[in-house]
Amino acid sequence: MTSQKPIEQAVSTAILPAPFTRWFAERGWAPRAHQLELLAEAQRGSSLLLIAPTGAGKTLAGFLPSLTDLAGRPKRRPGEARRGIHTLYISPLKALAVDIERNLARPVSEMNLPVVIETRTGDTPAHKRQRQKLAPPDILLTTPEQLALLLAGPDAARFFADLRYVVFDELHSLVTSKRGHLLALGLARLRALVPGLQAIGLSATVAEPDQLRRWLIGQAPRGGMAGLITVTGGASPDVSVLDSRERVPWQGHSSRYAIPEIYELVKAHRTSLLFVNTRSQAELLFQELWRINEDSLPIALHHGSLDVSQRRRVEKAMETNSLRAVVATSTLDLGIDWGDVDLVIHVGAPKGASRLAQRIGRANHRMDEPSKAILVPSNRFEVLECRAALEASTVGAQDTPPLVDGALDVLAQHVLGTACAAPFDATELYREVVTAEPYADLDRETFDRVVDFVATGGYALKAYERYARIRKTKDGLWRVSHPRVAQQYRLNVGTIIEVPALNVRYVRAGRGAASRGGPTLGKIEEAFLETLVYGDTFLFAGKVLRFEGIRENECYVSNAPGKDAKVPYYGGGKFPLSTYLADQVRGMLADPKRWKALPGQVADWLRLQAKVSVLPKRGDLLVETFPRAERFYMVAYPFEGRLAHQTLGMLLTRRLERMGARPLGFVATDYVLGVWALGDMGQMFKSGKIPLGELFDEDMLGDDLDAWLADSWMLKRTFRACAMISGLIEKRYPGQEKSGRQVTVSADLIYDVLRTHEPDHILLKATRADAAAGLLDVRRLADMLSRIRGRIMHKDLERISPLAVPIMLEVGRERVDGEASESLLSEAEGLIEEAMGR
Amino acid sequence: MAAGALAGERGDGTEIAIAGERAWCDPRGALYFPAIGLLCVSDLHLEKGSSLARRGMLVPPYDTAATLLRLQAVIDHYRPKTVVSLGDSFHDADASARLPAALRADLAALTVGRDWFWVAGNHDPRPPAGLPGDTVDALAVGALTFRHEPTAAAPAGEIAGHLHPCARIVQRGRSVRRRCFATDGARAIMPAFGAYTGSLNVLDRAYAGLFRRDGLMAYMIGARRVFAIAGGLLQPG
Repeated sequence: MTSQKPIEQAVSTAILPAPFTRWFAERGWAPRAHQLELLAEAQRGSSLLLIAPTGAGKTLAGFLPSLTDLAGRPKRRPGEARRGIHTLYISPLKALAVDIERNLARPVSEMNLPVVIETRTGDTPAHKRQRQKLAPPDILLTTPEQLALLLAGPDAARFFADLRYVVFDELHSLVTSKRGHLLALGLARLRALVPGLQAIGLSATVAEPDQLRRWLIGQAPRGGMAGLITVTGGASPDVSVLDSRERVPWQGHSSRYAIPEIYELVKAHRTSLLFVNTRSQAELLFQELWRINEDSLPIALHHGSLDVSQRRRVEKAMETNSLRAVVATSTLDLGIDWGDVDLVIHVGAPKGASRLAQRIGRANHRMDEPSKAILVPSNRFEVLECRAALEASTVGAQDTPPLVDGALDVLAQHVLGTACAAPFDATELYREVVTAEPYADLDRETFDRVVDFVATGGYALKAYERYARIRKTKDGLWRVSHPRVAQQYRLNVGTIIEVPALNVRYVRAGRGAASRGGPTLGKIEEAFLETLVYGDTFLFAGKVLRFEGIRENECYVSNAPGKDAKVPYYGGGKFPLSTYLADQVRGMLADPKRWKALPGQVADWLRLQAKVSVLPKRGDLLVETFPRAERFYMVAYPFEGRLAHQTLGMLLTRRLERMGARPLGFVATDYVLGVWALGDMGQMFKSGKIPLGELFDEDMLGDDLDAWLADSWMLKRTFRACAMISGLIEKRYPGQEKSGRQVTVSADLIYDVLRTHEPDHILLKATRADAAAGLLDVRRLADMLSRIRGRIMHKDLERISPLAVPIMLEVGRERVDGEASESLLSEAEGLIEEAMGR
Repeated sequence: MAAGALAGERGDGTEIAIAGERAWCDPRGALYFPAIGLLCVSDLHLEKGSSLARRGMLVPPYDTAATLLRLQAVIDHYRPKTVVSLGDSFHDADASARLPAALRADLAALTVGRDWFWVAGNHDPRPPAGLPGDTVDALAVGALTFRHEPTAAAPAGEIAGHLHPCARIVQRGRSVRRRCFATDGARAIMPAFGAYTGSLNVLDRAYAGLFRRDGLMAYMIGARRVFAIAGGLLQPG
């Protein structure tokens, strides 16, 4: 079922009640074909996935089945039992509820429909939540976490008894995270409570719609899919890459060179949205634009760390079209409607074709006019990537990430939640869980281990039987052992682990941590603030700030106008280059005919590379070696993204060490990996002392990976999240963090003990799976290693090649987080000796 | 902490002096006084895991075993005549009673052939159930006084625990936090020895008045050695 079906047929079968036809007619509108098609299919009892670009009337389409059904429902007679929720609407963002208010509440009130719509989020006051349980609205707009909480309530079965539809907005963004896993389990629960339940998913264009279609349907039997309605069309966007007058730099992410040209573009358009990938880039771009903003154009800044009131002000100003430009990070990615944006400028490479498409969709919400977007690469490799993204946009290629298997820590949380609602039978719950698409492959043994984990921690040493949180009673059902367990569950529900962050308070200079008062500018990650010392300057909230000090949960900063920000503020999302774009970039490098489309200076760079070294064929891996300043370098060009390269770098240096090359360090970008050593690696590769094929053999993902992982900070960080989500340790909230550091037990300590004493514990298994899919990107590395087997091209050079220049400029600049702290301690210790003249 | 340190691998320590008495900071978190053959450890917090489990946090039940294994390694290494456990040896009042039989036997075996003192702590004010050793409020040995909670008014020579000191430095834009021995030459505060013990920055207000400002040194515990860091380099938080 697609939109190719004749529209008349859909129109003829959809039953649109009179108030609706009248409402459309009064406004001179007609319901769109996909809206009617979705309605008709829903009225036939199907679950559906609607894929449509922004501005296609997706929200109304998603709600039409509910609204028409509710409109035809007889009024509740006095004395008749109250009816439960009719439709659940679940969105990833609290803020989306505002949008829904506009798209839904308006038609409802204009048609005078007897429909009560309410929201329920973490901000909803307790008395209102209580009231909602007694007198539920017809349509409840809520978040995945609130759904989990509702399902864990003792009255869940009654509360959802009348449910007919569940609508998932922005499904493409919900399903890719652990939040999506929790939601999938919640949906399975809902289906068990209400067998006839219909699910409607609303999504932007994705690479594999069938995955989402399966996600919406119970997977028993396997493979069932929701109906698909695809709205194609809309004018294709007008995308170009900035052809700069300036020299495009070799490396870096600032795009400083292009600031005057960006400013001219802003001046030439009504309202521009300027997207960047990280918060630091947002701050920098904002600062640089204001430096040359001679016309005092209203240009604003918007990113997730800024104070909420500040962000709301910017959003309001956007709605009323009183801004000329907003510099923003991914906080604006999702489907919030903006005013009349007529230009999207993407500063820095977009990292993925679908990501770019969704961002471009922000400009111009009228489907029939083309959106206009300009990409501004910040370095030469990004020129290639931008070009690849542009071509992908022309052909409508999609590269949304594939879905991963459901996480076990999330399952543990769900199992506990289920027990909080009512005693459960393990076999029944297992059957229900495997109907959720992400858990369809879960085996019974693993499920039982998770239940055991929830009960007593799942340790080989059975020490906690008497402290069990859930217990199997004589009737064979698992029950919560103490009311306190349910209470703890409620406080820790959800899969979003807040990164510890401090409030940033603006104070007068010079008083250090003794400062008081002052307005809040936003929140900054503790990990960043910890790297600052008194007097350091950095960019935040559009200002150059001086670090004054930290006291409890607050960080004090003062104004430092005219100063240069000394410390770059890393933060916000760093997305790795998508597999699709990587492949396109490799293809572009390999094919000189395609260089014509590139700016002259970049094409010249590639020609020079072809002359002094070589450009790899599309599927090959080029490895260059050359000496420089008493060291020997190896530069590899896999184009597999920073995370996979970092993992590869760690593993390669271990191997090189063993093979006698004496490696000293490595540096990784999205495109390239550089390793330096004391040994002449080029010579060793050529002589066969280190066979390249062996160095890059896939077996590095076995023991070497395990050995390295054991002590890796990445695994510790991942474990911390797993431990909190699974309920092993409690989430901490702001304010709890600092008080009593010495009495709380940190996840790191637990990790060390568990790894030493029970390395096969289920939570460590979950952690390794998570890290492999996340911070380590092992799957991608594995795919690459298998692709390049027998296709490694080694070029031993006398000096650095043109293609290697960008990575060489990164040497000593990019740091590898969290490693090598011992040497820093040693350095600090040495300072005293130096000072004492010893 | 690396696995090696947990298993009790030998590392390099650093010598310090408190009220003129020489002592050796062991990277496993113990303090050894060679002249008097006395080994001091603090804040073992044994059975903290089961204490948390009782409140619904089912953390791995291996903390006591891990802590005792490390203690055994330190004792085997120094073969002290006297061992002082400086308070909060047990995480709560019933913790000593909850001690699994095998671990209780291990712990009792460690006390054989030496003097063993349990200094009373705020978590364990009473003597541990069924274990050898003397329980004392404080212990004076020559110029030294061993006491759980440091007291600002105490004369030079106080060795205390309770606060679980750690220190933090920022070097080349990176922050490193480690447990530490904190001393100004007159007093030393011991790092917590237990596997599940957190820590509190030595610049926190809780330490106010305990150290001479200009004399503070933090002996930060690395994976295999102890680093002597001057107070002026330390960062709060």
